[in-house]
Amino acid sequence: MLSQHLLILPVLLPALLAALSLLLGQRLALKRGLALLGGGAMLLLSLTLLTWADQGAIQVYRLGGWQPPFGILLQLDRLSAWMLVLTALLALEVQAYAAVSDWDKRGAFFHELFWLQWMGLNGAFLTGDLFNLFVFFELLLIASYGLLVHGDGRARIDAGLRYVTLNLAGSALFLIAVSLLYGLTGTLNMADMARRVAQAAPGQWPWLRSAALLLFIVFALKAALWPLNAWVRGTYAAAPGPVAALFAIMTKVGVYAIIRVYTLVFGSASDAGSGLLTPWLPWLALGTLLLGSLLALAARSVRGLAGGLVVGSVGMLLFGFAVATPAALAATLYYLPHSTLAVAVLYLLADQLQLRRDAGDVLHAGGVADKHLALLFLLAAVLLAGLPPSAGFLAKLWLLQGLPLQAPGLWLALVLLAALLSMIALARAGSALFWQEPSGNWHAARPGTLLPASALVLMALALSVFAEPISSYCQRMAEQLLLTDAYVEVLR
Amino acid sequence: MSALLFSLIVGLLAACGLYLVLRRHSFDLVLGMTLLSYAVNLFIFAMGGLKIGATPIIHAAGSDYADPLPPALVLTAIVIGLAMTALLLALAIRQRQQQGDDRIDRDEDASC
Repeated sequence: MLSQHLLILPVLLPALLAALSLLLGQRLALKRGLALLGGGAMLLLSLTLLTWADQGAIQVYRLGGWQPPFGILLQLDRLSAWMLVLTALLALEVQAYAAVSDWDKRGAFFHELFWLQWMGLNGAFLTGDLFNLFVFFELLLIASYGLLVHGDGRARIDAGLRYVTLNLAGSALFLIAVSLLYGLTGTLNMADMARRVAQAAPGQWPWLRSAALLLFIVFALKAALWPLNAWVRGTYAAAPGPVAALFAIMTKVGVYAIIRVYTLVFGSASDAGSGLLTPWLPWLALGTLLLGSLLALAARSVRGLAGGLVVGSVGMLLFGFAVATPAALAATLYYLPHSTLAVAVLYLLADQLQLRRDAGDVLHAGGVADKHLALLFLLAAVLLAGLPPSAGFLAKLWLLQGLPLQAPGLWLALVLLAALLSMIALARAGSALFWQEPSGNWHAARPGTLLPASALVLMALALSVFAEPISSYCQRMAEQLLLTDAYVEVLR
Repeated sequence: MSALLFSLIVGLLAACGLYLVLRRHSFDLVLGMTLLSYAVNLFIFAMGGLKIGATPIIHAAGSDYADPLPPALVLTAIVIGLAMTALLLALAIRQRQQQGDDRIDRDEDASC
């Protein structure tokens, strides 16, 4: 009886905790305790759902008991559960960091907004309804607007205004695309839409394709695919440290939406949707990957470096998706948590530099004499550059092995070039920061501020230590995603 | 005929909205976003089919009914749009306080 309602808890629990947190008012210690307890509960819940999803069947929660395709459907498959667990791991550490670094003191309602953002993220990963996806996108965005300008300051308000405007324009396009699809198919449920798109008459194809591409523009904007990624670096650099670390998952929401919609609704089963992205998306993604590496190389601060790597990781993920072989998709899904966690570590380290060094996180401004920070940076750099034994290395190897035989050799060359460039960028940043004569004032760390970043590093390392069970899960996940019939079956 | 008129209005609203969004003052930006969201809401409404005098339920008498779902979607979009406009205004006001004017085309170097 209870387990039947387990599926809606990832959405309900954060909403409840946000309300509870609000009731606690000014009692910050209690709020932090609640954050820790609630975060732990969320992690346990996500892990439970992961084991549940791994039994293979797609679990469905019918809100209000409506018979699908009517009403809104929450659905749990391996991909949803995977994203829930990743969100929980990241958010728990970020919340802990916000508490130990006192970031949550610098403005009102940090924890409340954080819970609401978590709710939006979980909802977006669970929903099986395209319009509901829009609603959860808006929820997580509204919370992110508040978090972005947390602590005030001119740079943050400027960045906030741009970020909000951009996303509002994106939302307008999202609504146009979704309503166009509704007008064409008469449904909003993704699985039902998949069925109707597959049955669509050829006369409808141009319309369906325009709607699909409009929707792609929206998701590409959220995912920061070139040429829609000029906003990423500035926004993330202006955000408070822990918020920037949490935002590491925001671009992945866009990637998730692309994977979800273009495997299910416009998947291989539909003539209208097939071949829509494959001719050009690999090139665009590779361009994004290369651009990200170049941005990292040109960075003047650690935040800038992280921003470049965020862009690069999106390029890598979408390349793996666009290649469209099961092995490449599995490798992509294996790479996704790795890149998210590693970039988050870099943002947390950048924040430490900003809080404790007079020159902030600027790269060429004298050395930093802190062994722990240097070690963490080294580990994060190994992870981000994709050196063995990190999961980044395994994922890239797996992905390149999964390329189809007729793939252009240039693809391989570009992936390797981008990896080399980001390795140079990271090595250069590391030596500029830690292999210089220490200069300027250096404030002692507050106790425990490096623990969350260390935990994130350990999690990213665990991805390669437990590579066998995790990669076989990723393989099952990719297989499930490509068998769209199972999703349609659930409707009956 | 009514469909043509309707689509012209949606197009006009969207064009005006887009023009205002691309201007360099945050006041114009807010107005533009509002017009754009009106255009989008009308577009959603039209996607259920434009019917005059039809009831929004399926009845035994015939198949001439108006689709009740798009108005529900529009309602959701209106509520979200209202909150977003309020937030955008709050940010614009805060920026005007800090900056002294409402220009949004200054390229501040964020030192990335």
